[in-house]
Amino acid sequence: PLTSPLKLHYPHPQNSNHKLLSTIQVIEDDRSNRGSEPFVTGVRGQVPPLVTTNFLVKDQGNASPRYIRCTSYNIPCTSDMAKQSQVPLAAVIKPLATLPPEETLPYLVDHGESGPVRCNRCKAYMCPFMQFIEGGRRFQCCFCSCVTEVPPHYFQHLDHTGKRVDFYDRPELSLGSYEFLATVDYCKNNKFPSPPAFIFMIDVSYNAVKSGLVRLICEELKSLLDYLPREGNMEESAIRVGFVTYNKVLHFYNVKSSLAQPQMMVVSDVADMFVPLLDGFLVNVNESRTVIASLLDQIPEMFADTRETETVFAPVIQAGLEALKAAECSGKLFIFHTSLPIAEAPGKLKNRDDKKLINTDKEKTLFQPQTSFYNNLAKDCVAQGCCVDLFLFPNQYLDVATLGVVTYQTGGSIYKYAYFQVRTDQDRFLNDLRRDVQKEVGFDAVMRVRTSTGIRATDFFGAFYMSNTTDVEMAGLDCDKTITVEFKHDDKLSEDSGALLQCALLYTSCAGQRRLRIHNLSLNCCTQLADLYRNCETDTLINYLAKYAYRGVLNSPVKTVRDALINQCAQILACYRKNCASPSSAGQLILPECMKLLPVYLNCVLKSDVLQPGPEVTTDDRAYIRQLVTSMDVAETNVFFYPRLLPLVTDVDSDSLPAAIRNSEERLSKGDIYLLENGLNIFVWVGVNVQQGLIQNLFGVSSFSQISSDLSTLPVLENPFSKKVRSIVDMLQVQRSRYMKLIIVKQEDKLEMLFKHFLVEDKSLSGGASYVDFLCHMHKEIRQLLS
Amino acid sequence: MATYLEFIQQNEERDGVRFSWNVWPSSRLEATRMVVPLACLLTPLKERLDLPPVQYEPVLCSRPTCKAVLSPLCQVDYRAKLWACNFCFQRNQFPPAYAGISEVNQPAELMPQFSTIEYIVQRGPQTPLIFLYVVDTCLEEEDLQALKESLQMSLSLLPADALVGLITFGRMVQVHELSCEGISKSYVFRGTKDLTAKQIQDMLGLSRPAVPIQQGRPLQTPEQPVISSRFLQPVHKIDMNLTDLLGELQRDPWPVTQGKRPLRSTGVALSIAVGLLEGTFPNTGARIMLFTGGPPTQGPGMVVGDELKTPIRSWHDIEKDNARFMKKATKHYETLANRTAANGHCIDIYACALDQTGLLEMKCCANLTGGHMVMGDSFNTSLFKQTFQRVFNKGFNGEFRMAFGASLDVKELGIGGTSQWKICSLDPSTTLAIYFEVVNQHNAPIPQGGRGAVQFVTQYQHSSTQKRIRVTTIARNWADAQSQLQHIEAAFDQEAAAVLMARLGVYRAESEEGPDVLRWLDRQLIRLCQKFGQYNKDDPNSFRLSESFSLYPQFMFHLRRSPFLQVFNNSPDESSYYRHHFARQDLTQSLIMIQPILYAYSFHGPPEPVLLDSSSILPDRILLMDTFFQIVIYLGETIAQWQKAGYQDMPEYENFKHLLQAPLDDAQEILQTRFPMPRYIHTEHGGSQARFLLSKVNPSQTHNNLYAWGQESGAPILTDDVSLQVFMDHLKKLAVSSAS
Repeated sequence: PLTSPLKLHYPHPQNSNHKLLSTIQVIEDDRSNRGSEPFVTGVRGQVPPLVTTNFLVKDQGNASPRYIRCTSYNIPCTSDMAKQSQVPLAAVIKPLATLPPEETLPYLVDHGESGPVRCNRCKAYMCPFMQFIEGGRRFQCCFCSCVTEVPPHYFQHLDHTGKRVDFYDRPELSLGSYEFLATVDYCKNNKFPSPPAFIFMIDVSYNAVKSGLVRLICEELKSLLDYLPREGNMEESAIRVGFVTYNKVLHFYNVKSSLAQPQMMVVSDVADMFVPLLDGFLVNVNESRTVIASLLDQIPEMFADTRETETVFAPVIQAGLEALKAAECSGKLFIFHTSLPIAEAPGKLKNRDDKKLINTDKEKTLFQPQTSFYNNLAKDCVAQGCCVDLFLFPNQYLDVATLGVVTYQTGGSIYKYAYFQVRTDQDRFLNDLRRDVQKEVGFDAVMRVRTSTGIRATDFFGAFYMSNTTDVEMAGLDCDKTITVEFKHDDKLSEDSGALLQCALLYTSCAGQRRLRIHNLSLNCCTQLADLYRNCETDTLINYLAKYAYRGVLNSPVKTVRDALINQCAQILACYRKNCASPSSAGQLILPECMKLLPVYLNCVLKSDVLQPGPEVTTDDRAYIRQLVTSMDVAETNVFFYPRLLPLVTDVDSDSLPAAIRNSEERLSKGDIYLLENGLNIFVWVGVNVQQGLIQNLFGVSSFSQISSDLSTLPVLENPFSKKVRSIVDMLQVQRSRYMKLIIVKQEDKLEMLFKHFLVEDKSLSGGASYVDFLCHMHKEIRQLLS
Repeated sequence: MATYLEFIQQNEERDGVRFSWNVWPSSRLEATRMVVPLACLLTPLKERLDLPPVQYEPVLCSRPTCKAVLSPLCQVDYRAKLWACNFCFQRNQFPPAYAGISEVNQPAELMPQFSTIEYIVQRGPQTPLIFLYVVDTCLEEEDLQALKESLQMSLSLLPADALVGLITFGRMVQVHELSCEGISKSYVFRGTKDLTAKQIQDMLGLSRPAVPIQQGRPLQTPEQPVISSRFLQPVHKIDMNLTDLLGELQRDPWPVTQGKRPLRSTGVALSIAVGLLEGTFPNTGARIMLFTGGPPTQGPGMVVGDELKTPIRSWHDIEKDNARFMKKATKHYETLANRTAANGHCIDIYACALDQTGLLEMKCCANLTGGHMVMGDSFNTSLFKQTFQRVFNKGFNGEFRMAFGASLDVKELGIGGTSQWKICSLDPSTTLAIYFEVVNQHNAPIPQGGRGAVQFVTQYQHSSTQKRIRVTTIARNWADAQSQLQHIEAAFDQEAAAVLMARLGVYRAESEEGPDVLRWLDRQLIRLCQKFGQYNKDDPNSFRLSESFSLYPQFMFHLRRSPFLQVFNNSPDESSYYRHHFARQDLTQSLIMIQPILYAYSFHGPPEPVLLDSSSILPDRILLMDTFFQIVIYLGETIAQWQKAGYQDMPEYENFKHLLQAPLDDAQEILQTRFPMPRYIHTEHGGSQARFLLSKVNPSQTHNNLYAWGQESGAPILTDDVSLQVFMDHLKKLAVSSAS
């Protein structure tokens, strides 16, 4: 069913877009066609189900699509073909992805003192595609064809098919994903690493204290510290913790278990940061429990009367970095920060926000850091394995583009809570914090992607640092971080042997164990363009294109980026039309089956806040979203660019989510309530004519006018409708890596403008095209290319 | 008038002044020909229990350039209520309060017995005393424990309203906040970075924030707590808190690898202490008390690197110009000392370690500010513990025997030179040497029978925080050196002269090379003998000195051998330490330092002083030597044998027991009172510690002349040093030589 190309008549503007290709239809079709059976990875070049489909994966030699998704599973044999098609060859890799409980985690393989068995030449790790020869005494590398002796301790006989007899006993021979235990050779300075540390660094300037943030953080930490990540079977977490507070000076705390009271050490020499204490800064939570509790009790009191409004920022990171250096370990800094760091110190920033730069050649500077200081600092952090997570609580511009540099390059996460208020934002912040602290994370990581001869990884997108062209270095890497890798031909590929990818991630686990996680994936190769177009994955393609464009804005005017994006897609589609589609009239728009949603999704990317900001979008928002998208996986980009719109007034008995509808105002009925989610926000839209009973049930008020748009949660009411809606909200929250902000939108209320921005099939106020208009535009472009 | 000796003693007791010459040569030329300069030793705050201070302001001469204080030497016209300044001859009206004076109703300052008088004046706000402890934590556990206990104990000795602060240092420097409940706070500084006073104050948050100007709103001026309160707190408020804090002090936690010294940031710690006081309490009495257990090894003021294989500089290194850090470090501490002095604060150094601690480089901190310098082997010794306790000794009124921020003004008639000094800290025994210059030209001498007058005005902050002024006015006769040399000669104070010359010598030794100073001293001595000796030319045997000069050459002999001028066998730190104390002790103590006192205890009679001579070392004697810095008890050979045999424990030899006990009791008496407490050495014939005695006595018998002398008494000293006898012979020869 996937093979027939889709023909469309030239869509006239007056045509209702009800007839346009429906994203919802495509998603629903995939769900019903592929959701029922597990996806078995034994076969080369299989296109997995869409990210929107729930399916189980059985690893039979290729990495699960939860770890790696490709833009195409059948790639051109030659570079010329690839250029002709303009289809980017990219893989979206999420090395530490969380698996559903039904699927098994990668097995840990220990090859003993000599370490994992590897190819002598290209150093690829033992994997299912290695070919054992000479009765099992040697193996030929599937990537570079070099022949390597099998080490004696690893020798095993082959059966009559040439497979080793222990094939099924060894994960590295039978599975697509597995882990090796690393030897000391894989460790920094040839020393096994110490367990990592978490350092909590809390802004205690006036704004932070006054908003109640400091008290909230301290309260939460008291319980949260019991949930630090730990290795599967361990009794307690090996992670040590430390605490710093700061405004324009830094306060370190000695929380050694032997102390009756914590001790505060102030370092005001912010120009030349150092850690003033040796032991007692990083401690085991259980041992120092009472001292830590006492500290967290006292911090809000100590700064309750502060009048200090200025903050520093770079010295805070430096302090954390120095502390990790002194403790000779990797770790993560959790920085809670409220304002532009204007106090006299290294990395001091000025307010350079200027909306007038939008749509000029200088617009790119808004995305660039205002000083290179943070880039250098990031480099030092990466070298030490110091990952920085940033929680921002701005009341005005604080230059996310600059403050985020270190976070971004160390593989950390940024969270932003503008105009933070405890009452409305505490749930969101605390849920984010809890998840961020608890989630699986690796430290001091290096990722290398090896490919079979003929293609080569050439470009990387994500939150990391690269000191050379092949190694992706991440001070920290958590289960949500995704790296998009682009491949280019450097030689010919053959249809017979296909193309292989091996992603090897060396990292330190939360217990301080050095490990290698290996993901392997085999792809088909083709000499016919039709085969390429048949095996593409539009969601992954959009993930790549968005990241590519979002990086482009750093260097080129936004308009150039947008035009290039449109042009590339037009070329992709024109190439298909020219080479694969059966002849038809020029008035017909013919799209490949796998790419029929490319125009609608691309339009969403083009009208996103980064590429086409509305007047209400701040510079910080754009920088923030730019960084967020760069680390997103395919499912996240999918819902971020084409939000999910769910009618809530449906059959209440059903257990599953209601069927989504298309993102257009036309679809909204005045008498209904809808929910829209994009991974960051959840909107609950209430039509003006909704029955009073529903309003009563959902909001606990008697009329539409009494609904408060101030709510950040839905009231807990004991009726089936309320329960159903809240369970839907909960279900959605669980699916996303960040806790979404709930916004109640009343039809015809002023907040509706914001909501309409997410109805992406409609024309947007900032000038973004409607789906129909964009499709016409694309068609015109394609026709131009063809003539 | 009785003898000059009595006159001198009376003057010293009443005014704390001793002049080298009690009759003054009347012209500049004559004065220089006297060889020993016209100078005096002044003990400005000499304890005078019989002198109650008066509760009013002194009356000053109205001439702006003079401002001398009314004294018994002034001419007073009781009828006109006028007085004439005896320095500038200005006639002054008495202030209204003096309206009732007459010949029979004189204010105290006009009575001759009040040549020294003390005024209590009410000026400005009274600020409490300030004690800032600067504590090294790179100590051995037991040393640190002992120091902590001493410091805790000291809190109970401070006046309740005194402000106290704490800075600790090791690899880093911590300034402790004392006001906080719950969490203890400290500000931490790198030990390697020299910070300006401004930076330190900014970083400690001491700089007053600019008052924000808010339009339309009244300026908020609530009672702002004293900005300094975080670091310096009244003892009575934070007594418990600080005791706990001191109790919890840990050794510097940074690891010290084998073959390394701990990193000790003394230079930065002192710099921060100085900066802290400078920013908070300029010009009030404050003591920075530095306790250190080793040399500074990093940052500004480092004296030695942290590699143990490179030893700390010795005199040998210094002579060879091999002391890498010395100049830079000295400069650092000098800058600090000058700043401290400018603020009227003082720095004490308590250095306790077996090796040197950098006193040579740091000496100026104590020297320029009037601070104490105490050197010991360990904080866990009674030497340190008791000395430290004695710092806080109280007088009879329960007041500290310490004073701060003094300034000394000297008014003289016919004499020139600098006349104002600042002494940041004084105690009752602090003694200054003041050298005068006679400015009268030879052709215009002062008329016969005239009297020269000197007035010393010492303003200081008393330990009770009162501002006080002590005024001493003295007068001496002028005499024409040509016609009345015998008057001048008779009025020579050879003890004062010896100490004054010794201080000059030490001053030169600090700035010049050792041998040059010895040559200079010798030349001065020879010139003096030539001037005042009686002899026939080229006949050494005819040489005689009058009684008032007779002891002087002997003082010079011992001075030449003293650790103040000889660096052999002393580390640079020890030399600095000895010189520091020599420059501030009073005449009696100074003489002991130059020529130690030796007492003999035997069955032949009561204890008696004996010659500081090897011939005094006899087998049946116990000797007690007091060098000021050391108390040595030495058992003669026979006595030692008796003691070993245990005779003292036998009832029938109780007298031996008493003999053994007697010097111990006498030694205890000295140990109880002296500051700093001397090192106590108990040794015997042949003991290794006997070297302390043997190096001091006049080597009249050495291995060179023992047999020639053929005597059996005394103990030969293994030395090539010349004996007093040889010294005197040479002196006589040179003095009478017509060639020189």
